[in-house]
Amino acid sequence: MRYKFLTAAFAATVALNVAGPAAATDLEVTHWWTSGGEAAAVAELAKAFDATGNHWVDGAIAGSGGTARPIMISRITGGDPMGATQFNHGRQAEELVQAGLMRDLTDVATKGKWTEVVRPKSLLDSCTIDGKIYCVPVNIHSWQWLWLSNTAFEKAGVPVPKNWNEYVAAAPALEKAGIVPLAVGGQAWQASGAFDVLLAAVGGTDTFLKVYKDKDAKFAAGPEVAKVFKAADDARKMAKNTNVQDWNQATNMVITGKAGGQIMGDWAQGEFQVAGKTAGKDYTCLPGLGLNEVIATGGDAFYFPLLKDADKAKAQEVLAETLLDPKTQVAFNLKKGSLPVRGDVDLNAANDCMKKGLAILAKGAVIPWTDQLLSQDSQKQKEDLFSEFFAKPDMSLEEAQKRFADIIATAD
Amino acid sequence: MSKSARPNQLFRNLNAKVASIPMVLTALVVFAGGTAWTVLYSFTNSKLLPRLNFVGLDQYYRLWATPRWLISIENLLIYGVVSLVFSLVIGFLLAALLDQKIRFEDTFRTIFLYPFALSFIVTGVVWQWLLNPDFGVQGVVRSLGWTSFDFNPLYNSSIVIYGISIAALWQGTGLIMCLMLAGLRGIDEDIWKAARVDGIPMWKTYLFIIIPMMRPVFITTLVIIASGIVKVYDLVVAQTSGGPGIASEVPAKYVYDYMFFAQNLGQGFAASTMMLLSVMIVIVPWAYLEFGGRKRV
Repeated sequence: MRYKFLTAAFAATVALNVAGPAAATDLEVTHWWTSGGEAAAVAELAKAFDATGNHWVDGAIAGSGGTARPIMISRITGGDPMGATQFNHGRQAEELVQAGLMRDLTDVATKGKWTEVVRPKSLLDSCTIDGKIYCVPVNIHSWQWLWLSNTAFEKAGVPVPKNWNEYVAAAPALEKAGIVPLAVGGQAWQASGAFDVLLAAVGGTDTFLKVYKDKDAKFAAGPEVAKVFKAADDARKMAKNTNVQDWNQATNMVITGKAGGQIMGDWAQGEFQVAGKTAGKDYTCLPGLGLNEVIATGGDAFYFPLLKDADKAKAQEVLAETLLDPKTQVAFNLKKGSLPVRGDVDLNAANDCMKKGLAILAKGAVIPWTDQLLSQDSQKQKEDLFSEFFAKPDMSLEEAQKRFADIIATAD
Repeated sequence: MSKSARPNQLFRNLNAKVASIPMVLTALVVFAGGTAWTVLYSFTNSKLLPRLNFVGLDQYYRLWATPRWLISIENLLIYGVVSLVFSLVIGFLLAALLDQKIRFEDTFRTIFLYPFALSFIVTGVVWQWLLNPDFGVQGVVRSLGWTSFDFNPLYNSSIVIYGISIAALWQGTGLIMCLMLAGLRGIDEDIWKAARVDGIPMWKTYLFIIIPMMRPVFITTLVIIASGIVKVYDLVVAQTSGGPGIASEVPAKYVYDYMFFAQNLGQGFAASTMMLLSVMIVIVPWAYLEFGGRKRV
């Protein structure tokens, strides 16, 4: 990591010499994109920004968002702000904005007509606090995907399911063939994310919004959500022999046919691509678990801390414009495996699964994601509950649902 | 004249006092000040940034209603008892054995102390591999032919905390052994001779003469072990990261997770205040007995 940072810094200095002293401003950008595909994607952003005559100083922080965010936040609150930083758009940076530590981008947004080009609209809404825009969304990552291993189903002698219900019905056959029906890694966010996907797919969009947007605790304790817990119980039984921790290890079980499938966001696609697998032939993807074809508009965005240096402030504006540039959007999102935030760009190179996602996006079947609806505090409580639920086969559905409703009652 | 004859108490050893000012300030500001600040803010609803918006005991009510916190406390108690009892017993036994004037004592001492040179993170990762059902002990024994052999503590919710304790004992007993050995070497040879003359068997000499004489060493050891117990965090993170589910969570991890991942400083502060309180409940009566009592003698 250190090496990569140094290389980037070195590259920046070299470029500086070549370009001469002509108003080149260094801007440090922090992010947590460190896996192979992610690093390639972020290099596209750096290239586009360097082309404007400024210099992207890469500040990658290894160890995923959970590790990176506290570091970023303490740098901003501690008076050593970077030029720009990644967050998941939504509520992670809310308090930093309220404390007046982040820069208002409304001027740049009006100039670039962001309200017209950014699609879906909810993305920009999550960047807006009190009518002012504070962040630039760069991609859409959706959680609503079921990845199925065609080879595993072939081995078990059952057809590849077309939706969640068929999948649950096929689980005994998979088990008999010595295959773990569903891979759910041990990290807490995986269990919690899988439940949220089930809530939107089995319960439907209205149920999802009533629970997480309106935070209706009575409804969360009711029969509609009980159905979802029944499905989560199926998932728990199907996942009981997973025995891996990281999400990509779980994805790897699907790739190698050791597991039948996995509920995971579209970032899993990168793993299939790296392994040289083809969508439709080696693996199947079912958005919305094949039941309710919606995708959530979570994703990444860049925030800009308020800086005193006028040159750097100017460079921040340039970076904000560059990130939304159609060319940058295409180059970045193809490498990242995510969907672009503009509807007017051409993604011919996208694979089948990405095209499915684009089609759903074009239909406007989108829901906001929990990052946008719930505070980190409520998210963490939810993670604790579902990681316990998935690891403890004797935890009753009633108890789990009651505790879930309690979390929703106090959620903010 | 009288002034120069009896200098002001304040200016005696002035150099030493000036030199200790930084340390005194550090202790007051960082330790006492930080503690007071944390306790104060545990009564607020601070989220990502500290804010003085008092909500009374709400954070504490929530804390004690959270299943994860209760599991953490239970785990800490089990881990505490296991590591206290076993590291004392094993540490003392090893020291007593080494004290029998055996050959290659240095070698054995180095081997036993060696794990202590590793960080908890390294220890945790090594034991995660050793206890992994597919690659570790269970896998090896099964590949030798005993296919029904079952030893899988890290993936079993009900015994996972013992799996963690094993790693902690492996790492920590070497140090306890060294402390005990130092204590044993501090016992006068004549006492042993006297005991032998009186025909007292060796185990009785240890139990009723040597151990009571080693009281100061035992107290030092106890403090070292106890402080290690309360702050256990990295070992759990490296071995299980709290899993399976939340079965191996510990209080220190709750504090960290709620302060930084959940962006809820108030809740994290409340939990750390409870940790402080539990340490005080153990330490204060003991310190009173230990130091308060001695003055009167």
